[in-house]
Amino acid sequence: MTQAKNFAFGEDEKLLRDTARKFLQDNLPTDKLHQLVASDPDPYRESLSLWDKNLWQQIVELGWTTVIVPEADGGMGMSLVALCALVEETGRVSLPSPFIATSCASLVLRECHSPAAGHWLGEIAGGSTATLACTPKNGSWLAADCDVELVDGKLSGSAWFVQDARKVDNLIVQAKTSKGTALYKVSTHCEGLNIVADAIIDLTRDQAHIHFNNVPVGDAQRLSDDARAVLERAEPGLLTLVAADMCGAGEWQLQTTVEYMKVREQFGHPLGYFQALKHPLVNLMIMIDQAKSLTYNAASAIDSEPQNAAKFARMAKASASEMAAFASNRSIQFHGGIGFTWECFVHLYCKRQKHNQVLYGDAKYQRAKLAEILMGPISA
Amino acid sequence: MSQQAKKDTPEQAEFRAYCRDWLSQHDEGTPSVRLPQSAIEIMHSEQLSFLRKWQSEAYEAGLIGCDYPIAEGGGGRKDCQMVANQEMARAGKPFLPNILGLGMAAPTMHFHAQAALKERLLPGLFSCKDVWCQGFSEPGAGSDLANVQTFAERKGDKWIINGHKVWTSLAHFADWMILLLRTDKSSKYDGLSYFVVPIKSALGKGVTVRPLIKITGETGFNEVFFDNLEIGDDYRLDEIGKGWQVAQTTLLHERGAGPMLTPSSGRGSAKSSAIGDAYALINLAKNATRDGESAADDPLLRDQIMQMIIRQEGSKQGARRAKVEGLCEHPMRIPLQAKLVMSEIRQDTSALAIDILGAQSTLYINDENAPAGGEWPLAYMNSYGITIAAGASEIQRNILGERILGMAKSK
Ligand SMILES: Cc1cc2nc3c(=O)[nH]c(=O)nc-3n(C[C@H](O)[C@H](O)[C@H](O)COP(=O)(O)OP(=O)(O)OC[C@H]3O[C@@H](n4cnc5c(N)ncnc54)[C@H](O)[C@@H]3O)c2cc1C
Repeated sequence: MTQAKNFAFGEDEKLLRDTARKFLQDNLPTDKLHQLVASDPDPYRESLSLWDKNLWQQIVELGWTTVIVPEADGGMGMSLVALCALVEETGRVSLPSPFIATSCASLVLRECHSPAAGHWLGEIAGGSTATLACTPKNGSWLAADCDVELVDGKLSGSAWFVQDARKVDNLIVQAKTSKGTALYKVSTHCEGLNIVADAIIDLTRDQAHIHFNNVPVGDAQRLSDDARAVLERAEPGLLTLVAADMCGAGEWQLQTTVEYMKVREQFGHPLGYFQALKHPLVNLMIMIDQAKSLTYNAASAIDSEPQNAAKFARMAKASASEMAAFASNRSIQFHGGIGFTWECFVHLYCKRQKHNQVLYGDAKYQRAKLAEILMGPISA
Repeated sequence: MSQQAKKDTPEQAEFRAYCRDWLSQHDEGTPSVRLPQSAIEIMHSEQLSFLRKWQSEAYEAGLIGCDYPIAEGGGGRKDCQMVANQEMARAGKPFLPNILGLGMAAPTMHFHAQAALKERLLPGLFSCKDVWCQGFSEPGAGSDLANVQTFAERKGDKWIINGHKVWTSLAHFADWMILLLRTDKSSKYDGLSYFVVPIKSALGKGVTVRPLIKITGETGFNEVFFDNLEIGDDYRLDEIGKGWQVAQTTLLHERGAGPMLTPSSGRGSAKSSAIGDAYALINLAKNATRDGESAADDPLLRDQIMQMIIRQEGSKQGARRAKVEGLCEHPMRIPLQAKLVMSEIRQDTSALAIDILGAQSTLYINDENAPAGGEWPLAYMNSYGITIAAGASEIQRNILGERILGMAKSK
């Protein structure tokens, strides 16, 4: 298959994105976000999952969670590029929501090609939410490291780093079986499940580890008998969505800092007059543009040039992670003392970016994997 | 069918087929001397005559100036230069020598010259009958270009020019020059005017060209002195005092961000076109060793190579995204980055190539044992030309910070 024209970003995609941008700007200006997630600065406070459920309900009604669900399963069946554009907007406002988690779950379900997965995609299109519970305590994605096991039709063990676990209805669980690893759908409300909140840095999402104590699962919940293959096929999409979130958040960090450079004066000049501030912000703009171009390239490759999907997605995630680190660093530094306070909004984005940077592997990890694709493995 | 061919308009598709057909039958021959890495490093007339013949044949075939009006010597087509460029590069053709003409003089004349002047000068520019150069920079006017002091004094319908230009690429071969000069000393910007000037015919009669030698040992740029050179008023572009505005058209095209796409034709053989390409670092590493092991197994080098490839791919995809308005924050945001980003990627790629080559990177173009003919260390040194010329990187960052991000103007 060949490269899509204009990244397959046409009028429909643009309309969807423009509507989303306006909706989010109207409903979640940064001061409101700060009130929502940062009212209690105490690092020893109980770990909370702070989000606006009403806003989420409206988002579901706008159809964002149906965008990449195939039409056959009750969704809109649009391109991944369209979803990326939406995720970029949610990153720009640092939206606390199960949107990315559910989108990642949809990407995995899309790759299962089983009736059960089709059914659950339909549930997502109908407004239900989900997240991936596929990672063991060491953070690895290798099947051998999976900590959940299926014995006599029951799940035991634990899954870690589960994104927005306290916001979702369902889990997609990777479990070792006698034949390898399988994927199961489990309700977050079922018996035998213990969801333990992690105390994380990012205020705009929640994360948990989950203990499974003999949770019974039936055939209707079995999504795939080959979790490895499914997760491997879905991985480029997951990387691309996180990269899109970073691009949106990075643009907010850039524009917010640039605004400050226009209004704050020292030595008789607005700060932007000084090249020690101006030039790094230009460098940040260039990094954002690179990351964004690579992200749209990856998204369109996943839909139309699958042979290049893994390669381009790793490039996007690596590029966006480096950009996010630089954006956070400069946006705090260039605000001076005020940038170091809880009251200033820039730390919210720094924390979301930090979480994004490591999610599904940081820049160095992505480059090592990319090198394996482009150069072959390191000889023993 | 190639990916590009699939998106062609009917006119482009037909033209592409024509280009392919012509290129497959055309043979430019083999140069008798080593060709430099780009047109601004042409030192010898043997290099120039080979390249000039190639440009003239490509023009005769209709592959150069395709989108210019027929009256101006162009092809009268729409969005076809891009097709010709893609096909010439694909065919591995050598570069076009008259780049200051094609990339700067032609679009500037197209937008600002009287019809008679364009019709007279553009065909010879496209065919490379006339080599062109750009007389902008002066000893006291580099980054601060509007400070040019070369002066033209009005005498009836003539102008008398005195002054000193510097870094003038290709002036040693040039027939014509685009010249930014001062016609009024009382106003910095509004005192500038813009001319085209025949310099070869005036050599020894008011024009002196003196070569300068680059860090590479190559020549290619020059000093040009004007000593009471007399030219007609019909060589002026646009109005008196509008030189700065005309120069903006030149600079926009020089930085690859103007509306007229510059004709270009790749870099020649497969060997030389790999120089400067980040993907070429992979094979370089596979063929180099560190401590007796393959350099391609060194995790640090692998990481750095991947960083370069990601940046290069990012800028390539950026050019693709720049065409999709809905995915761009500001229409000029990516175009104005192009020259800065490309030049720094090329510089960093060449520097990394040198690291990979290790001890062998000490061997220069005249050493028979030099890997890739010593072209990588040469490319590294030449890369400073691109980060300095056409507005140095620091100036590009000022422009981006001010025009795109809206921050206060720096001094
Ligand atoms: C290979 C090559 C080919 C060239 N060909 C041509 C040609 O054909 N015709 C032509 O007219 N010119 C040509 N030039 C000249 C080129 O345009 C100038 O060299 C360039 O504009 C820089 O001017 P300068 O050399 O006077 O450096 P300067 O302006 O003196 O700059 C020196 C350093 O200071 C930095 N600097 C200057 N001002 C600022 C500022 N305000 N803020 C921050 N940093 C600043 C610059 O970025 C640079 O790093 C060529 C140059 C090269 C290297």
